[in-house]
Parts: sequence; structure tokens; C-alpha cells
Amino acid sequence: STATTAAAPSQYTVTLFPGDGIGPEIAESVKRIFNAADVPITWDTHIIDVHAAKPGEDLISKEALDSVRRNGFGLKGPMATPIGKGHRSLNLTLRKELGLYANVRPCVSIPGVDTLYHDVDVVTVRENTEGEYSGLEHVVFPGVVESLKVITRDASMRVCEYAFEYAIQNNRKRVTAVHKASVMKLSDGLFLECANEVAERHKDSGIEFQTLLIDNAASLLVSNPALLDVMVMPNLYGDIISDLCAGLIGGLGLTPSGNMGTGCMLAEAVHGTAPDIVGQNRANPTALLMSALMMLRHMQLRPQAQLIERSVYTVLQEGVVRTGDIGGTSTTTEYTDAIIRKMDQLRAS
Amino acid sequence: SFPMSALEDHKTQVLLLRGDSDTIGKEATTALSQVLHAANVPISFVTPKVDLQIDGGVTQEVVDLFSETRVAVKGPYFTPISSKSESLNIQIRRTFDLFANVVHAYNMPGVHTRHKGVDIVMIRENTEGEYSGLEHSVVPGVVESLKIITEEKSMRIAQYAFQYALANNRKKVTAVHKANIMKSADGLFLECCRTVANKYPFIHFESMIVDNTCMQLASRPQQFDVMVMPNLYGNIVTGIATGLVGGPGLVPGVNVGMCGAVFEQGSRHAAKSLAGRGVANPTATILSGALMLRYLKMNDHADRIEKAVTTLFRETNYRTRDMVLDDSHKDLSTQDFTKAVIDHLETS
Ligand SMILES: Nc1ncnc2c1ncn2[C@@H]1O[C@H](COP(=O)(O)OP(=O)(O)OP(=O)(O)O)[C@@H](O)[C@H]1O
Ligand SMILES: Nc1ncnc2c1ncn2[C@@H]1O[C@H](COP(=O)(O)OP(=O)(O)OP(=O)(O)O)[C@@H](O)[C@H]1O
Ligand SMILES: [Mg+2]
Ligand SMILES: [Mg+2]
Repeated sequence: STATTAAAPSQYTVTLFPGDGIGPEIAESVKRIFNAADVPITWDTHIIDVHAAKPGEDLISKEALDSVRRNGFGLKGPMATPIGKGHRSLNLTLRKELGLYANVRPCVSIPGVDTLYHDVDVVTVRENTEGEYSGLEHVVFPGVVESLKVITRDASMRVCEYAFEYAIQNNRKRVTAVHKASVMKLSDGLFLECANEVAERHKDSGIEFQTLLIDNAASLLVSNPALLDVMVMPNLYGDIISDLCAGLIGGLGLTPSGNMGTGCMLAEAVHGTAPDIVGQNRANPTALLMSALMMLRHMQLRPQAQLIERSVYTVLQEGVVRTGDIGGTSTTTEYTDAIIRKMDQLRAS
Repeated sequence: SFPMSALEDHKTQVLLLRGDSDTIGKEATTALSQVLHAANVPISFVTPKVDLQIDGGVTQEVVDLFSETRVAVKGPYFTPISSKSESLNIQIRRTFDLFANVVHAYNMPGVHTRHKGVDIVMIRENTEGEYSGLEHSVVPGVVESLKIITEEKSMRIAQYAFQYALANNRKKVTAVHKANIMKSADGLFLECCRTVANKYPFIHFESMIVDNTCMQLASRPQQFDVMVMPNLYGNIVTGIATGLVGGPGLVPGVNVGMCGAVFEQGSRHAAKSLAGRGVANPTATILSGALMLRYLKMNDHADRIEKAVTTLFRETNYRTRDMVLDDSHKDLSTQDFTKAVIDHLETS
């Protein structure tokens, strides 16, 4: 009923972390494109100076974190934690402070980007808070190390729920739970049990459900990726499978990523700061832009997301204007201009 | 390529563990034994009087037979996820301390794949890591699972990988890990690989984080030569490489230890959905048999059998169902495909 669905607000404020290295250049590109598409977003920009932070201090200020919590949406460019200064990793801080429990990475073959795979359209939903990333390890005695993987019902239920919610919202057909419960009977077994339970709850949603062993999923992805759709899995498998999927479609420079938190979403580019090309106007903004589009869809600003996405795909498919990392010679600015021009054309037609 | 043999004397008796009827084991090992027979290979199979049962563990009879033959061919045993017992396949590896799983994935002429020029040997630690079977429920809804990495087993697998590379004229060994997250456990594995690598200055050594490795496998698999890894990453990487070169029905493998070797499909899945239907692809098992013949130093026989398979793919359109792409391929049953392999054996 309409009474329960809150109307989408007409204006949004989004916390923007342009990040380091090529971050500011690609963030600028996203801002220009959003502006040209009349996306109703005001940016609340926070520059994180990782070098100014005192040793041991968190790199992201409380004020910046509060901004994301208040706005409900954040967009983050690449940032690197300085090594050996005793800082908690940036990603860890964000994940803990914002309660980012699921990482979502869609991977779609991009027309015109030359790879061997033209039939990829998959989404990895990765549990983001536990599993092998618990940091619990110890030396039992010299030469013997135990590393602890933790799987909980709460975290598993939450991420599986999100996978189904995502599938429904985005008109996907099927959710596949990826696991290794044949070997890790209790831990992955618990994850699988939760996935089955959540699937049972959503059995009238029209979304199909399937389970696959991690090695079979990996094998299928490189041989017949069209057989997969939305996949949900524990932390480490998600890490591996999402990168594998990125490899199918041309690398991290093109793949979006969104983190779902309690009451907020943080979209981010997962590639690095690319120190080798900083300040040269050569960075490819596509990954950050696509991440921002995930956020728009989440805001129910689908028409704008659609228009921008079609423009990006058309420009990439035409192949005239593209950046160096995918075989072109254009600058970031030229590529951004081309997308904006394409939007105007598409809107006029 | 061949798995290095721990055996000095030539055995002629080989233990056959056919796998259970929920799997493709029976059909695939039957195909292998028919090919070996037709090729007049001078070995004979012995089978246990009582086959292994899901909840029965590895029986004394099988232990005795293997300590006699030291060489086995095996089909998969299926353990439902719901079963409390550990998979028989894992128990067999642990009982005989088959510490290395070796899988060789390479493009075969006539087999259609997206990537060309793939030729990767994966050497996987086969006894510990995430497969230790150490798990417990802390409180309801919270489970801890232990991954064990030891210096002893990491050194052993690293040494095997470099020895393999040297013996097979391979140029590079890549160690796969996640030491940026599992600093102690994967850190120890990586350190052992480095230590061993130092003793082999003529073999190039590199290390790669597992997620990046998988991305590279999807985009540029030709860069890999020999890969060495802990158990779970080995499982995933082997899955990917298998997918790259045409699927689990094609790729052979072996589990090797100090006291012998067990040969089976590289992808050790039950293929339950195919079991008993006579449509399984026996190629992986037949090629595992050829690896066995190399292990037994019967290289001429191995060459002949491998050649029959490659000629079949290169020169005919005969395929099992998993490989049928379109109407240009002829969909053969396991039995008919096996006959076709036999027809392609050159007279010796
Ligand atoms: N958005 C991008 N546009 C263009 N090239 C990129 C982009 N992202 C990555 N690259 C290229 O890919 C290479 C590797 O990527 P990445 O930046 O993740 O690693 P890196 O150089 O080690 O940086 P960092 O240490 O910050 O992760 C870079 O050297 C860069 O040339
Ligand atoms: N020898 C073989 N020939 C043809 N296909 C094979 C062979 N071995 C494995 N496969 C295929 O590889 C895939 C993985 O096997 P696996 O046993 O894990 O899955 P499955 O057949 O779906 O069985 P399950 O019912 O246990 O899920 C299956 O699709 C199976 O058909
Ligand atoms: Mg990763
Ligand atoms: Mg199976």
C-alpha cells in the first residue's frame, strides 16, 4: 500500500570522499556528469588528508563519518592507508563505524571493451564483517598457525536477506548461494542453512534459488558466466569471486561497488590510487561513476541512472573516446565531455 | 608432464577404488580399464571385496591393499553435505598422507575454449588448511572454523612444487596466498615458499594474492606456469583453470604422497547429476590413467593413450554431452566415446 512507502525525497545530500591519487580527478568527472544530468544531489565534500593524521589516530574524522550517517549516502574515491604508521585501515574504519555488512559488486560485459567474455551480467553480494577476516590468528607452537574463521547466523541472515532484496529491486532472476559446506560442514553449513531459510521466506517473490560449491561457481564463471546471476557468499569467497568477475569484463577500472550499512550506503571505486598517472588527466572515471549509479538506483533515481549508463555504454561502444587503460588515448576530460554530449543527444532524441 | 614417482620398483598391480554409484566413478573407471586393456598395458587392477561406505571410513582391507600396490585409481565418493561424516575422499588422502594434489590444465587442439595457450600445473597442499575438519559451535548461531598452516607441510608442498618444476622443465612457480589478511597463517606458507625458492635460482619465483590471481586467470591465464597453494585456494584455482580449458570432464589429476599416489579426475566432484546415465566424459579419468603410467615409468603406453585422446578431439567430431557445442558435434555415450578412444590407439 502507498501509505507504507515513503515518497522519495526530491533533493539528496551525499557525502563525497574524493580520495587520493587519481581520486579527485575522477570525482570531478562524476560531479560534472551528475550536474549535466540534473541529478538532484548536493555534495558534502570531505577531504581526508591521510598524511596529516597523527600516528595511531583514525584517518577518517568523526565529523566525516557523521556526515555519511546523517545523509545516508556516501561516495568514495580510492584512498590508501599509509603503511607502518599504526593507523587502523581506512576500509576497516569505514566498515566498523558505518556497519557496512554487505558489499555488492555488479559485473556486466561492456559493449566495445575488448574481452573474451560478452555475456557477463552477474552480481556478487559479499558478507563483509566476519569470516576469514576476523583477524584472529595465533601460533600454537613454533611452525603451527591457527587462523580462525567465524560465521554467525545474524550476519549470514542479514547478507542473504540483502541479496534477495537486491534481486527483487533490480529485477534479477536468481540468487545463488556460494559455499564450501562439503568441507566446512559447520561454518559454511550455517551460512547455507541461513541462505535456504531466507530463500524459503522469499519463495513467492519469483526469484529462483540455487546453491553452488565455490570451485564449481569459479569454474562456471570462466566457462559459461551467462549461467549465473546474483551470487551471495561469505567474506573470502566474495573477495575472490568479485575479482574473478572483474577479470572477465576488463578489470577493476570498470566495475562498481556498493557497501550496504545500517541506515546508509557507501558507494566506492575499488581500484587503487594509480600513483603512476596522478595529475595527468588520464584516469578512467568509469568505476566511480558506475558506483555512483548504483547509489542513484538505490535512491530510486532510476531514470537519471539509466540515461547516464546508456551514455557511458554508447561512448564506450563507439570506441572513439576512451582512456588509456582500455586502449584509448583520450583524457579524463575528453571522456567526460563525450558522455555529457551523448546524454544531450539521447535526451533530444 | 608427470608426477614424480616415489617408487623405485615397477608395480603391475593397481588398486581400483571405483567410487560409489551416486557418482560418475564407476562409468569413468570402467572406461579407463577398457582403454588400458585394449592398449595391452601390463597392469592389473585389484578391487576391495567390500567397497568403501559413506559412514564406514577407510577400511583395513583398503589400507592393506594400498600398502601393497602403492598406486590407485579412484572415482569420487559422494558425501551429502548433511552427513556428519567427513568425506571419504578427504579421509583417503589423509590416511595415505597424499600431501600434494597435482592438476595439469592445458588447451587441447579441437576443444573449443575462449582462452588459448593455457598450460598450468597446479600443486595444492592436500592435507591441512581449511580442510582440517576442526570446527565448533561457540554458542548457538556462532561457528568457528580453524584453518591450520604448518611449516612442515608448507615446506613439503613448496619443495614438491620446485622439484616438479625442475623435473618438468618449467620456468616459473607462483605461490598463491592471502597473507595481507591472514598474516600469520598465509604468511608462514609464503615464507616457506620463499625459503625453498632460494634453493632454485634458475626457477623464477613470484607470489600473488588469491583474489588478484583469480582476476588474472580470467583475463590473462597464459602468464601462469606452475602454481603452488594452500588447500582451499588450490580448490578454487583448480576450478577456474579447469573451466578455462574445457571443463571438469577433461582435466586429469593425482594425489601424491611419500608412499604412493592416487589418480583421479582433477576436478574431484561427484557429478551426481550425471551418475549412472552413461553420459559422463571419461577423458579426465583416462588421462589420469596416462599420468599413472608415467608414474609407473611406462611412458610409451602413456604416450599412446594420450595421443589417442588428442587425435580424437583434433580429428573427429565425437564428444560426450558436456562438450557438445552444436550440431557439428556428435553426442556420444561414455561407452561409445571410450570405444572411439580405443579405435584411435595406434598399433604399437
Ligand atoms: N581508474 C583508472 N583509470 C586508469 N587507469 C587505472 C585506473 N585504476 C587503475 N589504473 C591503472 O591500473 C594500475 C593498477 O591499479 P591500482 O591503482 O589499483 O594499483 P596501484 O598502482 O598499486 O595503486 P594503489 O597502491 O593505490 O592501489 C595503475 O598503475 C593504473 O595505471
Ligand atoms: N567426467 C565428467 N564428465 C562430464 N561432466 C562432468 C564430469 N565430472 C564433472 N562434470 C560436471 O561438472 C559439474 C560439477 O560436478 P558436481 O558433482 O559438483 O555437480 P553436479 O553434477 O551438479 O552434482 P550435484 O548433484 O552433486 O550438485 C557438473 O555439472 C558435472 O556435470
Ligand atoms: Mg579483493
Ligand atoms: Mg556435487
